[in-house]
Amino acid sequence: MKRMIHRLSGMCAAAWLLLPSLAMAAGDKATNIVVVADTRRVEGIMRYFSDLYNTNIWLFAVWTVLLTVVMGCTLGFMMDFIMERTGLDLKSRKIVEH
Amino acid sequence: MDASWLYMFMPIAGVNIFWPGLVLIGFSVGVIGGFFGMGGAWMVTPGLNILGFPMAFAIGTDIAHIAGKSMISTIRHSKFGNVDYKLGVVMLVGTMAGIELGAQLIMWLERLGMVGNVVRWVYVGFLALIALMVFSDYAKARQKKAMGLVDGDKGTEGFTWYKTLHKIKIPPMMHFKAAGIYCSAWLPISVSFITGILAGFLGIGGGLLRMPALIYFIGAPTHIAVGTDLFEVMISGLYGAFTYTLKGRIELVAVFVMLTGAAIGAQIGTVATKYAKGYGIRIAFGVAVLCCMVSIILKQFKYETPAAVLILGTIGVICLYIMGIMFKGAAQELRDKKAREQAL
Repeated sequence: MKRMIHRLSGMCAAAWLLLPSLAMAAGDKATNIVVVADTRRVEGIMRYFSDLYNTNIWLFAVWTVLLTVVMGCTLGFMMDFIMERTGLDLKSRKIVEH
Repeated sequence: MDASWLYMFMPIAGVNIFWPGLVLIGFSVGVIGGFFGMGGAWMVTPGLNILGFPMAFAIGTDIAHIAGKSMISTIRHSKFGNVDYKLGVVMLVGTMAGIELGAQLIMWLERLGMVGNVVRWVYVGFLALIALMVFSDYAKARQKKAMGLVDGDKGTEGFTWYKTLHKIKIPPMMHFKAAGIYCSAWLPISVSFITGILAGFLGIGGGLLRMPALIYFIGAPTHIAVGTDLFEVMISGLYGAFTYTLKGRIELVAVFVMLTGAAIGAQIGTVATKYAKGYGIRIAFGVAVLCCMVSIILKQFKYETPAAVLILGTIGVICLYIMGIMFKGAAQELRDKKAREQAL
């Protein structure tokens, strides 16, 4: 068990060190900001939202807020459902300051 | 090896981004935000910038992600009874007015051409003050505990400034049930107004300032302060997401990718508060504030890389510390539960 924990922590440390190099491989930081969404490389729903960004920013802003709320709530309740199956008491806690 | 599947095209920002990095940022900030009750913009923005997002997009994307992530954490904290919605709504009034005034102050300074330096040093000053307050409070609480002094049912506390502020009886008086506070409505309104001014002035969400203010000036227990602050961050985050989108500075795809990581992280961070004592949360918060302060000083003197390394290192260490609390506590709880069941 101890050996497994050591191996796992070693792998985590290696991943932590490798991540920046992978991230850097994405290329240099963009210096010129694209103010118009590039619709040439996207399809389907992504294409719809990219077009909306270019043509109707107000509607895009409403969609952004709505989708953030929907995504937040969906993920929140889904994780809640999963966590409740862990057997932990997730409805009460003691408040102890010190 | 072809690693192109690890990169995702962001149509609005026009860059290819390493998406597991986004999930990892979302996860880490979810853990830390759920535990401390703050948005964590100071952690996300440099992280996104390192991944290749232009700064303007990093801020907008960060705000929308914070709103969604705070929603996930608020749902979980709410089940624990850690969110005082009444207190949160009352404070929103002050926060919104304060943020607007702070933003006006910034525009005035901008016209004078001295905004950058003033803002950064005011930020550093306040972070130093918060860290000093947290650590000296802890030292005082330890001293009181050693002397055997206990403050009511909360246990031993260091600074109890809120007790003096609760003596101000300007109507309307309000009872905040979840937080267990009875005080003048003007107290939370004034405190949130002042923290709002600072947040607007510094261009931050304000969780970093509001969480300690809720504890020291309003008298909310640490756990309630964390939950209620997240509720506030959620509302102000949604408003911020809307305004930043109107300015065209948001990358919706990145927000959703980050939220998947944040959904798991937020559960860990939030459940960890159940196994942590109030002062444990406060001390870890103080350390995070201190590291944030040092990174801003480094940035001021153009040490961009050490500042980013410090921020990412802090995120990593604090994240592991919180995960340790959560997994140890959960394992202990399950063992105790099993032992109780076997005894029956």
